[in-house]
Amino acid sequence: MSNFLSGLLRLRRGPWEIVATILIALGVFMLMQPFVMWGFTYSFIITLVGTVMFIIVSHFPE
Amino acid sequence: MSETPMTRAASATPPSVARRIKGLSDRAIAWIFVGPTIFLLLAINIFPLIWTVRLSFTDYKANRAGREIKNVGFRNYERILNDSDIWLNMQATAHFLFWTIFFQVLIGFTLAYLINKKFKGNDLWTTIIVLPMMLSPAVVGNFWKFLYQPQIGLFNYIVAFFTGKDPSSFEMLGSVDLAPWSIVIVDTWMWTPFVMLICLAGLRSIPDYIYEAAEIDRASKLRQFFTITIPMVLPFLMLAVLFRGIENFKMFDLVVQLTGGGPGSTTELTSINLKREAFEKWRTGYASAYAIILFVTVFGLASIYVKALNKVKER
Repeated sequence: MSNFLSGLLRLRRGPWEIVATILIALGVFMLMQPFVMWGFTYSFIITLVGTVMFIIVSHFPE
Repeated sequence: MSETPMTRAASATPPSVARRIKGLSDRAIAWIFVGPTIFLLLAINIFPLIWTVRLSFTDYKANRAGREIKNVGFRNYERILNDSDIWLNMQATAHFLFWTIFFQVLIGFTLAYLINKKFKGNDLWTTIIVLPMMLSPAVVGNFWKFLYQPQIGLFNYIVAFFTGKDPSSFEMLGSVDLAPWSIVIVDTWMWTPFVMLICLAGLRSIPDYIYEAAEIDRASKLRQFFTITIPMVLPFLMLAVLFRGIENFKMFDLVVQLTGGGPGSTTELTSINLKREAFEKWRTGYASAYAIILFVTVFGLASIYVKALNKVKER
């Protein structure tokens, strides 16, 4: 866990990619879940943030 | 001096062409070769994408090209993301995605595990299992339509044989409860072989010495399965899940052939709904925003897919 946090602070690719992947997965889940309408409403912005983040952080050093 | 492919190609180049490219750097020649592809990519993929983003902020209608186009800001996005009908379409897509992937992984992995055991006729069975994947979705949709016919359909007769029901007492494509399952069955039938092939590649990449070492340590078959087979096939399985997930998210042809989105809108997946908005209602601006939402979702999933693919390559 501390490795993960220090990786985030030192702007390393691995941990940031995990964060972006979680955001994309969360956004896709919110888009398709049948439980709450607000989840569907905010799904796109979360997926978009995750996707843009993924593109940026994939250029970070290992 | 032995003749290499390079010298053969050089001697085959007509003198007029050779004169023209003489003096060009390697980089310039590379650009000459790559240029047409880049141009086509920009013209066919990148430009329409940028244009779609632009249209998604307008009220443009493609069937009224002369009409003044108004900028509507984020209104199209707001309307889509607050539309309960589109939410229902997304849920229909989610139902389709979840169950097709679940069955395809389950059956695909089981088939791969069985095929991986060396037995007589192994190759023949692999070819037979892979056949559905090679058919056109339009053909598959049409012949499953016949199989699902309540009066003459083989599917209804097989179900009736096992359940004792009257074959014409249920309609797979006409029933609100059964129609979503009917498309799941057909997609599973068609694409399970694909998952099987990926799993088979994973199973065949496991070196025998790992199992031999486990045998020496007296690990049971079940233990070997859960501690060697599953962890080593997992990246391949993940790849299959992501690949099928992305493909099924865009599913259109098979479902249009089978149900056309009906009955009502129970099997109206997002891609079908998008086509209706764009080319039946002609709400081009609105449909562009809808397409961008789907694009970002697929692009996000594809990013994860590429990452998983790299992990598999590293192994």
